[in-house]
Amino acid sequence: MTAKVRFADVSVGEELKPWRYRVTREDLVAYAGASGDQNPIHQDEAFAKQVGLPDVISHGMLTMAKIGQYVTDWAGDPAAVVRLKARFTQMVIVPKDTGNEVTVAGKVTSKGDGTRVVLELAAAVGDVNVGAAEAEVELA
Amino acid sequence: MPLNKGFVGREFPANEPYTVTAESIRDFADAIGDANPVYRDEAAAKAAGQPAVIAPPTYLTKLNFLYGPAMLADPDLGLNYAMVVHGDQEYSFTRPVRAGDVVIGKPRIAGIFAKGRNEFLVTEASIETVSGEKIAMARSTIVSRGTAPQEETR
Repeated sequence: MTAKVRFADVSVGEELKPWRYRVTREDLVAYAGASGDQNPIHQDEAFAKQVGLPDVISHGMLTMAKIGQYVTDWAGDPAAVVRLKARFTQMVIVPKDTGNEVTVAGKVTSKGDGTRVVLELAAAVGDVNVGAAEAEVELA
Repeated sequence: MPLNKGFVGREFPANEPYTVTAESIRDFADAIGDANPVYRDEAAAKAAGQPAVIAPPTYLTKLNFLYGPAMLADPDLGLNYAMVVHGDQEYSFTRPVRAGDVVIGKPRIAGIFAKGRNEFLVTEASIETVSGEKIAMARSTIVSRGTAPQEETR
């Protein structure tokens, strides 16, 4: 249960290297099965449009899962993440065939008790912010 | 129809105990596209100081679909699920969820408030093992679009 990043080596304001992932309709079907969230707005284009959405949208929790992966990859140990919060600010639209690309970025906003740091994270599609998150990580 | 504020503070029954299996952790990690070995390889998890493979932080979303419905589908709450979007989600961990855990979520409604035409429903759940070890707190806000009471009728 040890992060690979040392508390002493991190400074407030430090930016993490941004990271991109692609989300496709197939990813949404797989996520629906594994998470149990079978809401058709994440799989069925006709249904999504019928309830007033522009197209199929990603599960917010999938965006949060990818933000979580960004943090655990940075820390080097998933057990180091003691708190993770995400706010879903805009929908991630997932067109058929092309899918969509989401960029995740983060920075260290505070160093706190013991060896804990707080990261501020943002997920975006192009210029549009789709998620604002915060993570508290126990460093080495 | 506005949400019933009488539900604020109400606690709901825990879900039936759910056994976290290594397979379900691997399936979840595969579905989110996270190849971290501590989610699928017991030796890697042990090398990282864990007694068994651990789950990604957002794995607990699965539990939400077990303890959530009893609360959200109560007709007296007045929530129309078709009008709902997820506003935010927070997990605070005492330790990671791991294979072999038998877990329950004990949910409660922490708040209901309106902002503009939307209403916000805040729920909390303590995630514990069946033997009472606290693993995490889950806090969620869902947005009920367009159901807030009109100013003049409030």
